[in-house]
Amino acid sequence: MTPNLTYVIVIGVLVAAGVTLLLERSLTRVLMGVILLGNGANLLLLTGGQAGGPPIVGTTPQEEMSDPLPQAMILTAIVITLGMTAFLLALAYRSWHLNGHDEVQDDVEDRRIMDLAERDEGPGDADAGSGDDDDDDDPTGGNRPVATTADAGRTG
Amino acid sequence: MLALVAVHALTAVIAPALVRLWGRNALYLVALVPGATLVWALTHTAGVRSGDPVVETVPWVPQLGLELALRMGTLSWLMVVLVGGVGALVLAYSARYFRNDDPGLGRFAAVFVAFAGAMLGLAVSDDLLLLYVFWELTTVFSYLLIGSDPAKRASRRAAMQALLVTTLGGLAMLAGFVMLGQHAGTYRWSEIAGNLPGGGYLTVAALLILLGALSKSAIFPFSFWLPGAMAAPTPVSAYLHAAAMVKAGVFLVALLGPALAAAAPWRPVLLATGLLTMFLGGWAALRQVDLKLLLAYGTVSQLGLLMVILGAGTRDTALAGAAMVLAHALFKATLFLTVGVIDHTAGTRDLRELSGLGRRAPALAVVAGLAAASMAGLPPMAGFVAKEAAVEALLHGGVVDLVVLAGVLLGSVLTVAYTLRFLWGAFADKPGIEATEAKPLSWPFLAPTAVLALAGVAVGLLAPAVDRLLTPYADLYPSAEPGYHLALWHGLTPALGLSALAVAGGLGLFHLLRRETVRASLRLPFDGAAGYQKLIAGVDRLAVELTGATQRGSLPFYLGVILVVLVLLPGGALLAGAPWSGGFHLWDTPLQAVAGAVVVVAAVMAACALRRLTAMILVGVAGYGIALMFILHGAPDLALTQFLVETVTIVMFVLVLRRLPVKFSERPIRASRRGRVAIGVAVGAVTAGMAYVAAGARVAEPVSVGFPDEAVSYGGGKNVVNVTLVDIRAWDTMGEIAVLVVAATGVASLIFRRARDLDRRGDIPGGGRTETARPRWLTTGATARAQSVILQVVTRLLFHAIVLFSIYLLFSGHNAPGGGFAAGLVAGLALAVRYLAGGRTELNGAAPVDAGVVLGAGLFVAVGTGVAAMLLGGEFLQSALLDFHLPVLGHIHFVTSVFFDVGVYLIVVGLVLDILRSLGAEMDRQQETEGGAEVREKELV
Repeated sequence: MTPNLTYVIVIGVLVAAGVTLLLERSLTRVLMGVILLGNGANLLLLTGGQAGGPPIVGTTPQEEMSDPLPQAMILTAIVITLGMTAFLLALAYRSWHLNGHDEVQDDVEDRRIMDLAERDEGPGDADAGSGDDDDDDDPTGGNRPVATTADAGRTG
Repeated sequence: MLALVAVHALTAVIAPALVRLWGRNALYLVALVPGATLVWALTHTAGVRSGDPVVETVPWVPQLGLELALRMGTLSWLMVVLVGGVGALVLAYSARYFRNDDPGLGRFAAVFVAFAGAMLGLAVSDDLLLLYVFWELTTVFSYLLIGSDPAKRASRRAAMQALLVTTLGGLAMLAGFVMLGQHAGTYRWSEIAGNLPGGGYLTVAALLILLGALSKSAIFPFSFWLPGAMAAPTPVSAYLHAAAMVKAGVFLVALLGPALAAAAPWRPVLLATGLLTMFLGGWAALRQVDLKLLLAYGTVSQLGLLMVILGAGTRDTALAGAAMVLAHALFKATLFLTVGVIDHTAGTRDLRELSGLGRRAPALAVVAGLAAASMAGLPPMAGFVAKEAAVEALLHGGVVDLVVLAGVLLGSVLTVAYTLRFLWGAFADKPGIEATEAKPLSWPFLAPTAVLALAGVAVGLLAPAVDRLLTPYADLYPSAEPGYHLALWHGLTPALGLSALAVAGGLGLFHLLRRETVRASLRLPFDGAAGYQKLIAGVDRLAVELTGATQRGSLPFYLGVILVVLVLLPGGALLAGAPWSGGFHLWDTPLQAVAGAVVVVAAVMAACALRRLTAMILVGVAGYGIALMFILHGAPDLALTQFLVETVTIVMFVLVLRRLPVKFSERPIRASRRGRVAIGVAVGAVTAGMAYVAAGARVAEPVSVGFPDEAVSYGGGKNVVNVTLVDIRAWDTMGEIAVLVVAATGVASLIFRRARDLDRRGDIPGGGRTETARPRWLTTGATARAQSVILQVVTRLLFHAIVLFSIYLLFSGHNAPGGGFAAGLVAGLALAVRYLAGGRTELNGAAPVDAGVVLGAGLFVAVGTGVAAMLLGGEFLQSALLDFHLPVLGHIHFVTSVFFDVGVYLIVVGLVLDILRSLGAEMDRQQETEGGAEVREKELV
């Protein structure tokens, strides 16, 4: 089997456009990226089987049939993409409803850890002197600024 | 043996209830369990003495070759006696040590007896993996016992420290076990011992195992956890950290020694670390003012001595080591229990505050004195017998042994000195310190301690009998000449002289250290705990830095990293391997190029579009172009489905986009946009390259060659793709419809904010009913003012025809393009048209059911078909062909997989209905009720 150059080019463009959109922050764009990417992937699957007549017994002689197996897989994939599109759309709408935009935000907790790393603070810094991270007896719990663990190591 | 372990476990379970019932006296009852262990072991004494091990094997996981292989040889017998005997006495002691109202008493009883059971299992395990399991169990229970006061930070820290250190060693040990086991093909130690690997492999395995043993027995550099573990109540210290758990490492060395002593690192590692630990521990003990800590460091020192003696690896040292294990357990447990008594009667265990206790509690002083004499190695105690044996054995060895002997004697000097310090600190009259007030002692409190002390005396006096019991273990070591025998009196030997010298040295050292100035100058050259804390702090620091560096919290960043890896690795492999085949063809028909060009242009423009609607339409165009390519490829089912899905997608987008701003926000910065495009193009190029290579590389015959024949003969259908979906690969479809149900549920739960709102997924009873109740067929509803009357009437006229067509597609799909998916989408589109024409009342009129019910019914039908096939003796989802004759209709050819397709149909209809109810009807309702949202929307546009 030799590759069909038309397919190869279309796959490449669909994936390129899809990935470009996927890396955006707007959920609507991400969703469109997913759809384009999905189409590209489906086409990629299609290249796994030869082209031919419709795989219906009686309509097409067997040796001229296109390969039915990738088609069955793609059919499943198409419908799943539909379900996923619906879900992401609902997510975009919900995000807009709650935050006034549909953008993917950075994770706040991760940001906090990054800040700690940049300020060289948090558990295990020079002042703390110990890896005592169990502050479960601390009534303020998680609200406590992490920087004050400096006094944690003095009890041992 | 297994039964005994089980009894321990069972007792652990009921112990809290017993304590609730009888208070601390329940501990006497619990003490019967380790007591029973002792008795059981003693009944097997005769067999063990004649070198006849007790063996018990129970299959556990035969597939993995795991069995509960238990074996009690001489050494195990010794451990079992200690674990059972000391365990029972310490529990009896605890019954008076604790108060009835101690809150953690039930927990203590449970964990303590569970620990005893684990220790028993550890001692009698023959399977190394089983031994590891018990080993870690003792670690866990020790963790619980050390941290018995969870409210104290120091207690938690000490527990965590002990856990980390011993578990780390345990893991290394496991790796060593696995290495030995894989080589020998069995994990039974009794079989591995005769089938050891050689060379570097054995060296590594032995080192790993030693790591486990050394960390467990608190040998340098792991010593620091043991003094920390003194945060535990005194009975725990007496049992775990003197008699039982810390002996596990010693036990392991003793158990494996006869076979592994020949391995290269075994002796040097044990001798070096053991001697170092002995000095450091003894040195530190001399500086302590807390009696319990003094004993703890003394224990560290003695564990070092044990490692040295057992690590020397000859027949006579092994005998001495076994005797020393016995002696040490007896005297050290006694001394710890004594400290507990002092703590209770005097209210302190600080030797700077204690004075004159010897005169006020003479019985206690005598008991402590007996144990201390044994520790110092004075006759006629067990400690003396053991140490004499060790000195004698080393005296007759080579140069290394003599160096070791010098070390051991030096250690003895330290031991004698800190023993004296202990006795002096606890009981002596100290000038300038007022006599300690002491509460009177009750005999039940003192009795267990006294029994232990007297046992130490008995072992010394009965040395020849003990010798006969322990000799079978020592004889595992090869020995040419007749070996040494334990005895109280060997005559005036050089060993006796050396012992006397050590005692004298100890006396001198003690008196030297009485002077405060000298003692203050003692500084430990190395503090393991500080190193541990530095290490832990470093790990924490590393975690923060690493998390900060990698967890950026930004989705585009993560995706970018993944995609760049995709470009670099598989893309690099593509370039490096250059597996480009020779030929390619431009297209199957030139029309493909036309369709492809449409897709390419639409996709590129969609990526550049700034308005949501424009982008959406372009993505739709690309989708329709793909459908065209499907047709040209010879895939009518795909094309049909793709057309329908694109249409439904556009409807969904329209429904949502009417609420979202017209343009995408301007956030993307130009520079990062270039980066995104670069990654996109690179990934596209790599994917295209892979498509090219994959298609060209195909040489094997496709799996699907036989599909057409099978489709007709087994699946009873001519449309091969449809038969593949509902029969050949029905499991795939099953998974997929499950995903659809989940997605639909997700959509609904995102849009309907409260659970009760979900009722609106169905036809609303009450208020809604008046609108949907149609007196006449084509009369439009109240909303007609807002929408086109003509459109509503036309859609109503067409609706039934479309639904009928969808049902036709469903049933004809087995033999012609169509099937459950396409049919469901057609029906869904019919509903969508009704909704678009007349809003939610029109939708309710068209489908007066809950979308969830439709989805559930579909799933039920699909799964039911599969289960029915199973119940009838077939496989899940196997289809059957039925041919029968009906009046009027004539001959019927029927395939049961149609039912499965009906399930698929219902689920797809349910999904679309769910989308229309959520993204359509419910969003309308929210917009109507919330005027404020509209204002916000305008501002954003």
